[in-house]
Amino acid sequence: MAAALTIAGIRKTFGKGDKTVEVLKRIDMEVAPGEFLILVGPSGCGKSTLLNIIAGLEDPTEGDLRIGGKSVLGVAPAQRDIAMVFQSYALYPTMTVADNIGFALEMRKVPRAQRIARINEVAALLQISHLLDRRPAQLSGGQRQRVAMGRALARDPQLFLFDEPLSNLDAKLRVEMRAEIKRLHHHSGITSVYVTHDQIEAMTLGSRIAVMKDGILQQVGTPDQIYRTPANTYVAGFIGSPTMNFIDGAMQGQGENARFVFAGGSLALPGPAAGDVTLGQRPEHIHLADDAPWRGEVTLVEPTGADTYVVVRTDAGTMVVRAPASTRLDVGQQVGLSVSSRHNNWFDKASGIRLAV
Amino acid sequence: MNFPSLSRFLVYAVLLLAALFFLAPLYVMVATSLKDAEQIRSGNLLSLPSAFNVDAWRLAWSSACTGVDCRGLQPYFVNSVVMTVPAVLVSTAWGAVNGYVLSMWKFRGSELLFGFLLFGVFMPFQVVLLPMSQVLGYLGLSSSLAGLILVHCIAGLAGTTLFFRNYYTAIPAELVRAARMDGAGFWRIFWRIVLPMSVPIMMVTLIWQFTNIWNDFLFGVAFSGADSKPVTVGLNNMANTSSSVKSYNVDMAAAMIAGLPTMLVYVLAGQYFVKGLTAGAVKG
Repeated sequence: MAAALTIAGIRKTFGKGDKTVEVLKRIDMEVAPGEFLILVGPSGCGKSTLLNIIAGLEDPTEGDLRIGGKSVLGVAPAQRDIAMVFQSYALYPTMTVADNIGFALEMRKVPRAQRIARINEVAALLQISHLLDRRPAQLSGGQRQRVAMGRALARDPQLFLFDEPLSNLDAKLRVEMRAEIKRLHHHSGITSVYVTHDQIEAMTLGSRIAVMKDGILQQVGTPDQIYRTPANTYVAGFIGSPTMNFIDGAMQGQGENARFVFAGGSLALPGPAAGDVTLGQRPEHIHLADDAPWRGEVTLVEPTGADTYVVVRTDAGTMVVRAPASTRLDVGQQVGLSVSSRHNNWFDKASGIRLAV
Repeated sequence: MNFPSLSRFLVYAVLLLAALFFLAPLYVMVATSLKDAEQIRSGNLLSLPSAFNVDAWRLAWSSACTGVDCRGLQPYFVNSVVMTVPAVLVSTAWGAVNGYVLSMWKFRGSELLFGFLLFGVFMPFQVVLLPMSQVLGYLGLSSSLAGLILVHCIAGLAGTTLFFRNYYTAIPAELVRAARMDGAGFWRIFWRIVLPMSVPIMMVTLIWQFTNIWNDFLFGVAFSGADSKPVTVGLNNMANTSSSVKSYNVDMAAAMIAGLPTMLVYVLAGQYFVKGLTAGAVKG
């Protein structure tokens, strides 16, 4: 099946001459039909620019963009058969909820009766039927969010774009709406591209995640791939909370005798070929062990209910350990840390690129 | 009397005095216009009119003489209406479109253009009198109401554009983007989304333009012909027409007639004026 969206060698620069800023540096990506692709990265990484280029609100400096196999360069946003949900919702303040949802259909000269039927259908799906006569100012944040999604849904587009749609909501609503978006995607099956800087949204919503930094795609993969086999230390540190622990050191010996040696300890681990490496270890893959030779001092204990995060200061740096909720430790106590030979992430110390074992 | 109520009393006293001070001329005008010549000659400016006498108003409106023309203020008043209404509407609509373009459809040089437009707000209009009269001559609009309408549209454009542009910069750009994605074009976005949000600033601009154009004397005296003088010029000429006896009551009535429309506009739409001036960011 043809890709729903193809991003081929997209570059985007702003300014001229010496002041040229390259916001996107050759982005290549394919999104399969029905996929939910997340563009995630810190502010200024170019993710929103990429979304605007897909939407047609900005033009790329170089490269091609195909929706459903057809190049859409130079095609007006309205003709691309896409719908977008904005961060500020961008609801038309002087129109009722029903008119907001039906506006795009009205612009497309859909007959009134058909329009009303569609508005009611979408409103029922989003459980906002009772709000259709209100104006946006009379709605709560969560309700506005639903209307914004309804406006996008009404057109039944080929492609959905989301620009940080949940960042204006409080924590509880955000979790609720996240589930709602997932449900709607499941229901409609429409290919979606979703921009966020929130790695939890990325992990929970995406069928694939594209991690961006400085206008470069760092890694594209399923949430599982991104989480378990991050392509570099940047991705490894960006995805996951609390963030992955990094231990700088060197590999010594080979095969059965391989040891990872670092400040304040060494671990018998099967690692990459000898050299300066960084071991990345998620908090859940470091364990507290009383008799372990690698030792450190507890500096902070954070119970979250389900788990307790223990922050341990070692000679190799500060490690965060995810421990069972029943763990009883005091600040200042000496503890041992152990690492199993599974779930090790090895990176080149200099470049930060993932190393094969 | 305790202290807070004393200070409250003082505040009211000062406010009352200020109100009296500003209302006194209005009172004198209205009172004088209702007096007959006899009572005016008796000399007490502040006395109440002895009888409710509207003869002076009737005279001022329809039969007071300017030179040999004894048709009162009526023809000038009509001229002013014919001139002001289209000039206000056109300059406001034009300013709204300008502001829309300058804030939401920026193009290369649009900021510079806006900078030049700002000059128009601060420019003394005396500067343009001569070139403007030349242009009106070329266009064949000299000494006509159409010419005056054109002049007022252009003169008011800088101000109206500034009003709308500043108001529209507070409207989030995402609104226009959303509308573009929904399939609305330049005019459709303006008409269906931006304009309905503009009611407060629209009222401000309409009132502002109405007051300016109705009260204008400079352009009226410079560019009008015998049949196209606005009411301000008509009033001036009438009051300056020398006759044996100065009819203060008629002059006062005429001045009241000339000033009534702007007063009415403020009374009817003044609340919008304040609201519009203080209207902040538009929340969606």
